[in-house]
Amino acid sequence: MFKDKRKLGKILTSSAVPLLFLVISGIAIPLSRFTGTYLVDQIITRLVRNSFLVLSLLLPIMAGMGINFGMILGAMAGQIGLIFITDWGVSGALGLILAALLSTPIAIVLGYFGGKVLNRAKGREMITSMMLGLFISGVYQFFLLYLCGAIIPFKSKGLILSRGFGVRNAIDLGVAKGFDKLLLLKINGVNIPLGTFAIIGIIVLFTVWFKRTKLGQDMRAVGQDMVVANSAGIDVERVRIQSIIVSTVLAAYGQIIYLQNIGTLNTYNGADQAALFAAASLLVGGASVVKATIPNALFGTALFHLMFLVMPVAGKYLTGQAMIGEYFRMFFSYGVVTLALILHSWKRQKDKELDRIGLRVDNQQLKTK
Amino acid sequence: MAQINKFIRDFGWARIIIGLFLLGLFIAAPVFGVRVDASINDVIVRFGMNAIMVLSMVPMIQSGAGLNFGIPVGLIAGMLGAVISLEFHLTGLPGIAVAMIIGLFFAAIFGFFYGLLLNKVKGDEMIIATYVGFSFVFFMNIMWTILPFSNPASVQGFKGEGLRVTISVKDYWYHVLNDLAKIPVTERFAVPMGMILLFAIVALFVWLFFKTKTGTAITAVGSNPDYARASGISIDKMRIISVMLSTMIASIGMIVYEQSFGFIQMYNSPLAFSFPSVAAILLGGATVNKATIPNVIIGTLLFQGILTMTPSVINNAIDIDVSEVIRIIVTNGLIVYALTRGKGGK
Repeated sequence: MFKDKRKLGKILTSSAVPLLFLVISGIAIPLSRFTGTYLVDQIITRLVRNSFLVLSLLLPIMAGMGINFGMILGAMAGQIGLIFITDWGVSGALGLILAALLSTPIAIVLGYFGGKVLNRAKGREMITSMMLGLFISGVYQFFLLYLCGAIIPFKSKGLILSRGFGVRNAIDLGVAKGFDKLLLLKINGVNIPLGTFAIIGIIVLFTVWFKRTKLGQDMRAVGQDMVVANSAGIDVERVRIQSIIVSTVLAAYGQIIYLQNIGTLNTYNGADQAALFAAASLLVGGASVVKATIPNALFGTALFHLMFLVMPVAGKYLTGQAMIGEYFRMFFSYGVVTLALILHSWKRQKDKELDRIGLRVDNQQLKTK
Repeated sequence: MAQINKFIRDFGWARIIIGLFLLGLFIAAPVFGVRVDASINDVIVRFGMNAIMVLSMVPMIQSGAGLNFGIPVGLIAGMLGAVISLEFHLTGLPGIAVAMIIGLFFAAIFGFFYGLLLNKVKGDEMIIATYVGFSFVFFMNIMWTILPFSNPASVQGFKGEGLRVTISVKDYWYHVLNDLAKIPVTERFAVPMGMILLFAIVALFVWLFFKTKTGTAITAVGSNPDYARASGISIDKMRIISVMLSTMIASIGMIVYEQSFGFIQMYNSPLAFSFPSVAAILLGGATVNKATIPNVIIGTLLFQGILTMTPSVINNAIDIDVSEVIRIIVTNGLIVYALTRGKGGK
């Protein structure tokens, strides 16, 4: 009986966040006065844009490193790839593939560095990865603002600031919709870019396959218990670095897919909130800091962006003030991440206390014997 | 030689390099037409504006709750105090005193709940504090727009409701502390004694507090929780006290900053203070689990020195504004460095 109760509680806590979001969206959708077709079209667009980025978070969670807020390292690598191919004037899907190829080595180097740093901060990976993201963002800005156009030659003068060096703040991408246009299906005014979905399908298959490989199993072992994994002969630090490298490279591709859908690159703060929205999407989908699945990622992306879309408009109609809806949705994005982090940490602490009480009881029993 | 080595080890390479860099900037300043006395003035004023916020890190670090990335919780209490004080149309010293009392009151309440929350998440305080700070700022953004403030100086002019993004305190308590017992040294350099004195008082209070029984207990909880539990100290209670104290000091820090800056910055502004305050105390030699008042003073002076001097000197020297990027790299780099040191692991 006690066990059943605990199980029920577990299911409730793991689905509390998605349920809450479903209810809120259910209230907000009629208030927003959006049509069904528009919403479906928008959700499909958001899925195309964001699900790859969200999927890039899965492996570090499996390796026990929590949410990789340092995925923006990868996002920046992807942006650098896009800036260069825009300068070279390569367009279409070919340009995007070239950008991905270009960003891969950068993402591997950044991921390796990130993994090394996180190995020195075991137990506080999430805050460290977040600060690392902000730190590398400074380096990224230095690279683009002062080196590009000055030391690194650029062909297109249109990309460079009027002072003669440094990349412009906003860049129109020649490769816009490169993947989306490959196999575009239209049903009742709803656009379904099958090409991009195919790419997302490939990454889903890759993740499923990867989990079954030796490396994938090692990651899971490390995520469950580093000490045990170590005594089983797994090079824990190496596996952790590898999980961050894969995550960073995937984030680079994810950012490229995201930006080809949007069409313009916000050079200096485009990557800032990538990690927040990806993390929030994953957590809204019912994932936790220690367990995340592909359905969590896809369902969460749809649900989070549905709310993200509906909330400000609903807020505007409800209160007559546009800003309240805007603040509300930011509060919710951060709030959901906060809530998920708290729930997880709280649970871990409780488990620890239960263990300790268990130990005490055992000792007492030993003594009475 | 051994003594020099010991000094370097104690003082830390990071501080020596940044200290020398800062010294270099001061020496180079006249060459590029930057007035040294005006620069020193700026550094001291900015020290006064930020030191109390940096000081607010100390209690939480000492109790083992880590770097207070959730400083916006305290800053918001300060902002509340400031705008409520404006509602009473109080000017001068009484105005700022009322702001601080109200700020402290809210900070105590917020700090209590913030402390309760952090007790539930031991070991993950820093990432959760960061996100609590973010969430609270956006929650209060909604409040700032709907709470019924009525002073025309604070509310948005065209609608008469919802607070402005920046509220001027010019007619209320602008520079009250800066000008209190100001000591002019040169034409461009005056020591803002009021601010420095207030910092000294708060610092002295913190120092004395850590000499009391409760203060020692807090330090014990931070440095050795098992030992503390064995000696009958309530860990959770001590941590709540430390978080409340940190939050309350932060609220005063915000008001001191506002009176010198001349504006109460509302909405997202508290977010801009968390990382610089953390970076400053780390630069001063604090670690994730140990901080002293000299750490605060040295750290704030060096950090604000870099922030003041790099734009003026480097921009004049090479005619390129790299200061913003340097600020980002130094601030976040310092924090990453500190997080990878000290006791890690579970």
